[in-house]
Amino acid sequence: MKWPSFGYMRAAGLPDVWRALAEHGAAAQVVAGGQTLLATLAFRLSDPKLLVDITRVPELRGITLTGGMLRIGALTRHAELGRDALVARHAPLLAEAVPYIAHPAIRNRGTIGGSLAYADPAAELPACVVALDAVVVLVSAGGERRVPARDFFTGLLTTALEPGELIAAVEVPVATAATRSAIVEVARRSGDYAMAGLAACLSMDAAGNVVAPRLVCFGVGNGPVLAAHAVAALEGRALTAASIAAAQAALAQDLDPPADLHGPPEMKLHLCRVLTARALTRFLPAAEAAA
Amino acid sequence: MSPRTDITLTVNGERVTRSVEARRHLVDFLRLDLGLTGSHAGCEHGVCGACTVRVDGEIVRGCLVLAASLDGAEVTTIEGLTDSGEVTDLQDAFVARNAAQCGFCTPGMVMAAADILRHHADADRAAIREHLSGNYCRCTGYQAIVDAVAATLEARR
Ligand SMILES: Cc1cc2nc3c(=O)[nH]c(=O)nc-3n(C[C@H](O)[C@H](O)[C@H](O)COP(=O)(O)OP(=O)(O)OC[C@H]3O[C@@H](n4cnc5c(N)ncnc54)[C@H](O)[C@@H]3O)c2cc1C
Ligand code: FES
Ligand code: FES
Repeated sequence: MKWPSFGYMRAAGLPDVWRALAEHGAAAQVVAGGQTLLATLAFRLSDPKLLVDITRVPELRGITLTGGMLRIGALTRHAELGRDALVARHAPLLAEAVPYIAHPAIRNRGTIGGSLAYADPAAELPACVVALDAVVVLVSAGGERRVPARDFFTGLLTTALEPGELIAAVEVPVATAATRSAIVEVARRSGDYAMAGLAACLSMDAAGNVVAPRLVCFGVGNGPVLAAHAVAALEGRALTAASIAAAQAALAQDLDPPADLHGPPEMKLHLCRVLTARALTRFLPAAEAAA
Repeated sequence: MSPRTDITLTVNGERVTRSVEARRHLVDFLRLDLGLTGSHAGCEHGVCGACTVRVDGEIVRGCLVLAASLDGAEVTTIEGLTDSGEVTDLQDAFVARNAAQCGFCTPGMVMAAADILRHHADADRAAIREHLSGNYCRCTGYQAIVDAVAATLEARR
């Protein structure tokens, strides 16, 4: 279907955004890459009176390294995330996620801010930022505030964003030599949203034990699901076939997947178990993995 | 904030100025306002790839871009790409291998395949399929399309 009728305003900076939002309130909606919003407008799922284009707002751009955190501006496009040298080095999980997101033409427009704000439960980047224990930086006319990614996603397609607030950036603790991260998923066709997926991040101490593991499932709930029981099954233990099996078993207590187009809850739980083994096996010492 | 926006942009190397409705997407702008009917509107919600064009050098979904947002942009469509000669060999390979049947997907497919030729000269068949995974073809079964792209890459090596 064609888009409904709406107005368009291109913001040159944040003051333009605040002015438009103050004047039009809920009738105004910001558009970044447009790869979700414009697609849903084609279904007439919403009826904004004004689209405020934020793609030229300089405050929302750029990737910088500051004080042990990699700050990734909200307007960073998926394709940029996939080829940026700082991301590859300090947040490799995000770079690894990119090929799973849609298709090249969509990755050339879609942004990390849009993906986090929309909070599709099957999207890759929301799960990754929770797995990375990142912080979402929100900005409004009143100033900035920081929300841990695990508290940012509050339900189906809902987030901690208040009216009049934008995502400015996401701040990711940089990976160290001890960090291990992986993203794996199952989708019917390449580029589709995941039927089930898993983003995993943990550290290995000198003795080979798992420290601060974070396993986050996606496509199986209302948002990214931090698998607390599976995490507890790994914390402080050596990574072995046995501890991986314990994490897999514990997933039953973490997940309550709804049935959807793809299949019943049992299938989704099964897929998450398979994905858990796939991700964690990659972190095994070479000798152990071969066994 | 008016429902119309004035834009000046470059399309296939030519400067054009138009006043567009905010609700005009890039493919309709090209087809209806500029008469460039090579870019096709299929699903109009981002899934089929028939609308693939280049904006500022990178491929995009034309149906998911606001024409109003393109002031200052550089757009290349299948017409411009064809005239430039950049993919003449690819287009010949499409013909030789019967990679176009009804032809509806073909302009988008060629735009996406041109991206492989430019950025991924070492792509194998799996990488070609992956890169074209967002472009649907309801006729060919893809085999002939992948053949055409692979043959062009091979010939250029
Ligand atoms: C065919 C297709 C397949 C796709 N497959 C996948 C997939 O497999 N995985 C995946 O993760 N995504 C997928 N996507 C979605 C894509 O990744 C989007 O780019 C992304 O979800 C939204 O980013 P955007 O910049 O395009 O946001 P927009 O569409 O511009 O905006 C989305 C929402 O976020 C709000 N918003 C945008 N930026 C901000 C900000 N800085 N602060 C506050 N609110 C903001 C907007 O108001 C809007 O409500 C797919 C899209 C299509 C069309
Ligand atoms: S018409 Fe744009 S993707 Fe189908
Ligand atoms: S040739 Fe008919 S859709 Fe591809």
